[in-house]
Amino acid sequence: MLRLPQLQVARPRTVEEALALLGGEGALPFAGGTDLLPNLKHRLLAPQTLVSLAGVEGLSGVSVDPGGALVIGATTRLHEVAEHPEVRARAPALAMAAGLVASPQIRRMGTLGGNVLLDTRCRYVNQSAFWRKSLGHCLKKDGAVCHVVPGGQKCVAAASNDTAPALLTLGASLTVATAAGTREVPLESLWKPDGVYNRRLAPNELVTAIRVPAQAAGHRGAYLKLRPRESFDFPLLGVAVRVDAAGGVVQSADVVVVALQAVPRRVTGASDELAGKALGTQELEAAIVAVGARAHQQCRPLPNVPGDPDYRREMVPVFVRRALRAAAG
Amino acid sequence: MAARDQHGTNPPWGDTFRVIGRPGRKVDGLAKATGAALYTDDLQLPGMLHARTLRSTVPHARIVRVDTSRARALPGVHAVLTGADLPERYGVIPWTQDETALAVDKVRFIGDEVAAVAAVDEDTALQALDLIEVEYEPLHAFLDPEEARTRAEPRIHEDKRDNVSKHVRLEFGPVDAELAGAELIVEGDYSFQSTTHAAIEPHCAVAAHDPSGTLTLWSSTQITHYVHRTVARVLGLPESRVRVIQPCLGGAFGGKSDPFSLELCVAKLAMMTGRPVKMLWTREEVFYAHRGRHAMQMHYRTGATKDGRIRAVDAKLLIDGGAYSSFGLVTTYYAGQLLTGPYAFPSYRFDSTRVFTNKPPCGPKRGHGSVQPRFAFETQLDEVAHALGLDPIEVRRRNFQGAFVETVNGQRVTSSGFLQCLEAVERASGWAERHGKLPRGRGLGVAGSMYISGTNYPVYPNELPQAGIQLKVDRSGLVLAFTGSNDIGQGSSTLVRNIVAEELGMDPADVRVVAADTDLCPVDLGAYSSRVTFMVGNATIDACRKLRRQLVEAVAAKWEVDAARVALGAGHAHDAEDPSRSLTTREVFQLAEARFETLGATGSYDTPELGGKYRGGTIGASPAYSFTAHVAEVEVDEETGRVTCTQLWVAHDCGRALNPTLVAGQIEGSAYMGAAEATLEHHQIDGRGLHTGPSLLDYPIPTSLDVPELHAIVVESLDPEGPYGAKEAGEGPLHPAIPAIGNAIFDAVGVRLRDLPFTPARVLAALRAQAAGGRG
Ligand SMILES: Cc1cc2nc3c(=O)[nH]c(=O)nc-3n(C[C@H](O)[C@H](O)[C@H](O)COP(=O)(O)OP(=O)(O)OC[C@H]3O[C@@H](n4cnc5c(N)ncnc54)[C@H](O)[C@@H]3O)c2cc1C
Ligand code: SF4
Repeated sequence: MLRLPQLQVARPRTVEEALALLGGEGALPFAGGTDLLPNLKHRLLAPQTLVSLAGVEGLSGVSVDPGGALVIGATTRLHEVAEHPEVRARAPALAMAAGLVASPQIRRMGTLGGNVLLDTRCRYVNQSAFWRKSLGHCLKKDGAVCHVVPGGQKCVAAASNDTAPALLTLGASLTVATAAGTREVPLESLWKPDGVYNRRLAPNELVTAIRVPAQAAGHRGAYLKLRPRESFDFPLLGVAVRVDAAGGVVQSADVVVVALQAVPRRVTGASDELAGKALGTQELEAAIVAVGARAHQQCRPLPNVPGDPDYRREMVPVFVRRALRAAAG
Repeated sequence: MAARDQHGTNPPWGDTFRVIGRPGRKVDGLAKATGAALYTDDLQLPGMLHARTLRSTVPHARIVRVDTSRARALPGVHAVLTGADLPERYGVIPWTQDETALAVDKVRFIGDEVAAVAAVDEDTALQALDLIEVEYEPLHAFLDPEEARTRAEPRIHEDKRDNVSKHVRLEFGPVDAELAGAELIVEGDYSFQSTTHAAIEPHCAVAAHDPSGTLTLWSSTQITHYVHRTVARVLGLPESRVRVIQPCLGGAFGGKSDPFSLELCVAKLAMMTGRPVKMLWTREEVFYAHRGRHAMQMHYRTGATKDGRIRAVDAKLLIDGGAYSSFGLVTTYYAGQLLTGPYAFPSYRFDSTRVFTNKPPCGPKRGHGSVQPRFAFETQLDEVAHALGLDPIEVRRRNFQGAFVETVNGQRVTSSGFLQCLEAVERASGWAERHGKLPRGRGLGVAGSMYISGTNYPVYPNELPQAGIQLKVDRSGLVLAFTGSNDIGQGSSTLVRNIVAEELGMDPADVRVVAADTDLCPVDLGAYSSRVTFMVGNATIDACRKLRRQLVEAVAAKWEVDAARVALGAGHAHDAEDPSRSLTTREVFQLAEARFETLGATGSYDTPELGGKYRGGTIGASPAYSFTAHVAEVEVDEETGRVTCTQLWVAHDCGRALNPTLVAGQIEGSAYMGAAEATLEHHQIDGRGLHTGPSLLDYPIPTSLDVPELHAIVVESLDPEGPYGAKEAGEGPLHPAIPAIGNAIFDAVGVRLRDLPFTPARVLAALRAQAAGGRG
């Protein structure tokens, strides 16, 4: 078996204790561990202390605030997110995305917070230390070159978290606790285009909740992913859509694609094409096709995650159309 | 001589079987289901050290220098091994011994073993590996088999003339004349990717060297006997001082057939340190050890009459062998030799070349050597049917060779239920109403195949029996059966138990089986080539029949009746003419022991003389062949190119189904494995010589959601020489899955796919070409 490096595990009971521990040298939050442990075994990270969030009070569970926003504790398991009636009713794209992560076992360990903060992925880096040594390493870890973009100076490892695009279409934000207090970070500003570390969040900051604001009347949403198997696999492409259609007419829409580069990408112009079209009409279908064409124009998968990038690009409009139809249907 | 006795197809007592032919639990079923089963890695011995392997980071290089001094100096390290410590060459086939436990002078692929360390724990061993310095002088790496075929230098194995591992060219009948006279010729290139076994248990070995000089090795092997021979030779020990034991095994599929580096390293390290030593490979290391399916590039030319009768088959095969020979000599033959059924054709030629490349070595994977040619040929048969406007099942029926015939390459075929298999899948799938008539995007495809039940080629030449068994009869009413056969999950120990119970009229619970321990058990050649049921089954019957004569005689004497009146069944001896009279098994054993002294019996099996009278004619010559037919139903998503095999009907002629539950399990396991090779799996080495994803995340074996609805149909053509008429079921049912799926795709959308795997990108490209008016 691959071995874990030697490290300490701390088990705080409160957010304050957790923050104090995270202030220490080489400490990392540890939620379900389903991303962290494989990365540790592959020697991609070398923390001294894992701060387990499992026993921290108040970090888990789904609630609805008086304004109709969903407040989902950071350590709520993906399985619970996918099955929760309030999530399914208020944020269907998120429920679908959470239900399509990995496999049933992993969804019962993995948390929503961990999924939002998932490290970027690349076929050249999510490998054992031996494998990466044979390759000659790369910019993201221990090396000076990129094998995806020859000559490239910037890591383009892909954001591969299924819930990220869904949460973006929903206008979600993170509640972040730091030593200095609590702040709200809109997801729009969370990610930066750097595959080495794509989050604007320090390792000593703790996400306590994910907040999904009340959606517009007639809100609909969907998430679909391309993957080799019907379970288990990370997205080779993930498409989340929002279609707000009060009174059966589209008022506004949004399309976000993941597994392209280091940040999830919004397809521009979806609302321009779709707004004003009535559900179930030829007009809407034509607009859906047009959004697919825009997505094809705008999204260029790289050979960073497995799968033929040309094929993944061809699938962009297909999945955008299918997701829009699923939401509008 | 006993070994070749035929035991007939009938029940031993009366007209019905009591144990055979009935479903029943495996001997180790509960232990596995409850977690109580002990696998090699479960062994913990006092003072045991843990070993790890240093592997090559380059695909092809000369080793200039290995410096282990810093590793040796690390506290907690007990011993460090390099190639110089174990220079003796080995390899499963005696004619092609080109492996060493650790690299001597050069490395031949990324992952090749270079050094091994034994330390107090794994972490210390791993730390020590980091301290070993290896200096390589890189050599040109061969990653393309065509280049390896045509370019001799640098040689991957310096004692060979070039980079060709094996070349076989055999011709039977007037191929060129038949092709010249054929009314239809179908010709094409086909390719099959490499795939791997992905058994859930990774390889593991533990060795202990006791003060009296006996070396005991526990290993997750499927062939204890060859490991025994190899370990003794490489370590310079007499075979009598080496004991090899196979604990409970977590799947093998051919991937645990070779002697492996880890077995030799733990043995040597145990001898050096005087401590037990364990080595467990990581999943990644299992991908490097590989021995999986060979990638093949295949050119086939088939000549037929206009009514669809095959007159000639001309095949040219290029086989990518990877860095070592392994079973490759056999693969090179099997790839040609095993195509000559279930169809008759009067002329056949194959030209088969296996080359060395700088990749993990290929070897035997379920359906060894013949799965790839079967894909090409069964696809080509479909092309013949299409070209002539004939029903693909009808074409197969017309070409059926029959039972009890000799093939064009001189192999003796006995029983054959192939036509029943075809009929069964034709009926079950609704073929007549549905083939060619489903809406676009859905389709049905058919394919057939034949496979061996062991061969009479014993890997190393010898005159000894291929299977042996020993029965110890205890006065408690227990029979212990000692068998060298390896139960790798296929159920061979259950088979032995059930045959003993049937033959001696016992409750199966009173038979226990001790298997795969070279000290305790008579030699069996191991779990490969689907030989175990046939050979071990026959050996078991052989031993039982000797014993039962004594039991019957003792009872007859006691009752003072004619021996013919005594029958054994259901834990008792009965008097056929006086039903009130019976004895328990225990009483019978005691009577017999009193009369004959300590009881026991041995049995064995050896194949009859078989095979064509030419060099290599015995390779693939089997005492009996199994037959299979599949119909696959697929759905093709024309927007994404994704192929979903929704249904798979599999009819398999296994001779008598000795345990129908286990047969169905083998049929299902085989068919799932084949279906996944059609659409998902690819053991791929990239342009740098690196495995593209040596993990079960990146190498996509199917999940329960990725497999078709499977309908296993058992066809029983009783074979005159099999145990009660049984043949094989473990490998044959894999073959047709792949061409059946390809042929179903043709039925669904009209594109002919000749390159595996049928990935969405490939299917989409073919659909594009079709839409653009290109050739399907
Ligand atoms: C075989 C396999 C398949 C997978 N397939 C998919 C897939 O299809 N799609 C997908 O999206 N993911 C997949 N994953 C990745 C992973 O399982 C999920 O993304 C999961 O949601 C991660 O959550 P976790 O709680 O286990 O995170 P962890 O591993 O515990 O943490 C992940 C990261 O987030 C940080 N973190 C976690 N919680 C907090 C917090 N509250 N505050 C601050 N930082 C925090 C950790 O420090 C770490 O850096 C797969 C994983 C495996 C092993
Ligand atoms: S994108 Fe380039 S730098 Fe980033 S992980 Fe992949 S190979 Fe390394």
